Amino acid sequence: MYNDEARRWERDIFFVSQWSQTLCFTDLTRLLIQLSKMLSFLFSRLFSTLIVILGVVTLVFLLIHMVPGDPVQAMLGESATFADQEALRVSLGLDQPLFIQWQSYMLGLLQGDLGNSLYSKSPIIEMIWERFPATLELALAGLLVALVLALPLGSIAALRKDSVYDNGSMVFALLGVSIPNFWLGPMLIYLFSLTFGWLPVSGNEGFSSLILPAITLGTALAAILARMIRATLLEVLNEDYIRTARAKGLRESAIIIHHALRNASLPIITILGLQLGTLLGGAVITEIVFAWPGIGQLTIESIERRDYPVVQACILLISLSYVLVNTLTDLVYAWLDPRVRYSA
Amino acid sequence: MPKIIIPATVLILWFLVAVLGPWLPLQPNYIILPNILEPPSFVEWLGYDDLGRPILDRLIMGARTSFFVAFGVISVSLIVGTLVGTLSGWFGGYIDLIIVRFMDIFLAFPGILLAIALSGILGPGIENVIFALSVVGWVGFARLARAQTLSLKNRDHVLAAIALGANTYRILRYHIIPLLLAPLLIEATFGIAGVVIAEAGLSFLGLGVQPPMASWGSMIKHGTSYMLMAPHMVLAPGLVLLLVVLSVNILGDKLRDRLDIHSM
Repeated sequence: MYNDEARRWERDIFFVSQWSQTLCFTDLTRLLIQLSKMLSFLFSRLFSTLIVILGVVTLVFLLIHMVPGDPVQAMLGESATFADQEALRVSLGLDQPLFIQWQSYMLGLLQGDLGNSLYSKSPIIEMIWERFPATLELALAGLLVALVLALPLGSIAALRKDSVYDNGSMVFALLGVSIPNFWLGPMLIYLFSLTFGWLPVSGNEGFSSLILPAITLGTALAAILARMIRATLLEVLNEDYIRTARAKGLRESAIIIHHALRNASLPIITILGLQLGTLLGGAVITEIVFAWPGIGQLTIESIERRDYPVVQACILLISLSYVLVNTLTDLVYAWLDPRVRYSA
Repeated sequence: MPKIIIPATVLILWFLVAVLGPWLPLQPNYIILPNILEPPSFVEWLGYDDLGRPILDRLIMGARTSFFVAFGVISVSLIVGTLVGTLSGWFGGYIDLIIVRFMDIFLAFPGILLAIALSGILGPGIENVIFALSVVGWVGFARLARAQTLSLKNRDHVLAAIALGANTYRILRYHIIPLLLAPLLIEATFGIAGVVIAEAGLSFLGLGVQPPMASWGSMIKHGTSYMLMAPHMVLAPGLVLLLVVLSVNILGDKLRDRLDIHSM
């Protein structure tokens, strides 16, 4: 009993002394240099994000000027009076020089003002906040489906390379990237809603209505991820530290979870961040298939109504969330892998 | 070997049907009222749609649409992307910096979202679909061409060409671009699969080609309203679409293995 207590004290004292040793003067300077390198990485990453955001906003701003002919006439239709047209032109600022228009668009954006919808007359920002949670819910559910499918499929394929499982997983991966979500969706509806009657056809009422859209959205990403996980794991499994872990006599599950998957997670996170864009783009089509009341549906509805300011706002919101997620992925990557932040 | 023969046959059929479409005895817009929603039979293999038009004939017209959109988009993207990427990588400095920032902005739009916005704003039509998808597509080629140029730039044969006094055009044309072609070709193969899905997607959303022209995407969209009575209206175009995309992806994989390029 006493012995145990003493040993614990001894260990603690050893750790404290070790820690105090690392804090000597030269190490402190090294720490500061590392910190400044980390900060400079952070700032350079945030700076380029800022430029990309500025460019995205400008491109989206220019969209309305790409309407063939007169955008005001296109939005109001042929029958509108001249007075109505001029009123809309002035209220959208389209009578101003391009640079002034850009300036006021930027200023409005910074103040959270995206203007009003031409169709419902309500503020666009409110319409978007109303729809955004549904899209977020769908995207997260799609991501979850992708991970749940891809992790076991990719891992088993790598662990049992060239086996039936491996071939099966890779056939799934090939089919998954080749099957368009606007066809997979209707097929799932036909099978599970119309034929078996297990799940609702469309809409957003509770968990059961989320299942089919999430599968439709997540399948392509699952396929890409499964391939990626297989390739990365195969590479990692050849490393020396895996052989060491095996030699130590660790259980196979411990080797895979703690040694292999952990080291394979870095490239997988990068792919996940990059592919999230495909997920968000795919969400637009999936929302149309399942009448899911999100941003994608709002975008297509607004295109049909020629409500271009709302279209601009939707595109902007989805792109900006994508840019932010990508930046976040980079930062997480740097946080997980010190080599990235120190080499910057 | 059969792994290559089947997808290759599918693609050759796609090409032939697309090019020879106008000379085939087709009646994609011929309405036969008694045959509305008629399921597949020995007379008409794939049945009729909700207006009584033969689905097989419309699928072949859809093959024309998807083939020409894919061909147009990949050609434009490949040429523009290779040019921009090679010049950016070769000149470096401020030119490179500006072009890279420019590419970053285009890459910031997720998936086909920019194409949806562009074709929504420009209005439907096959030219606008090609334009919108090319605006999205060139960046991938440009990024790849730039990365490859950067690594090729310091190779011995390029340095030798510089030392011999070759001008920029000659170096790029004879010493750099020929070496870029293999990775760009693979990117183009997978690009075709992406464009075929994207065109059908735009048409599914009502932003692609307009009726009475046929597109596999708009056929699927149209069929979803009649799924209980006539599932063949959704099945047929979807399976053809899947078959073409699958074939392109399989051949792309094989091509990548053959040319032994793993960096992608």
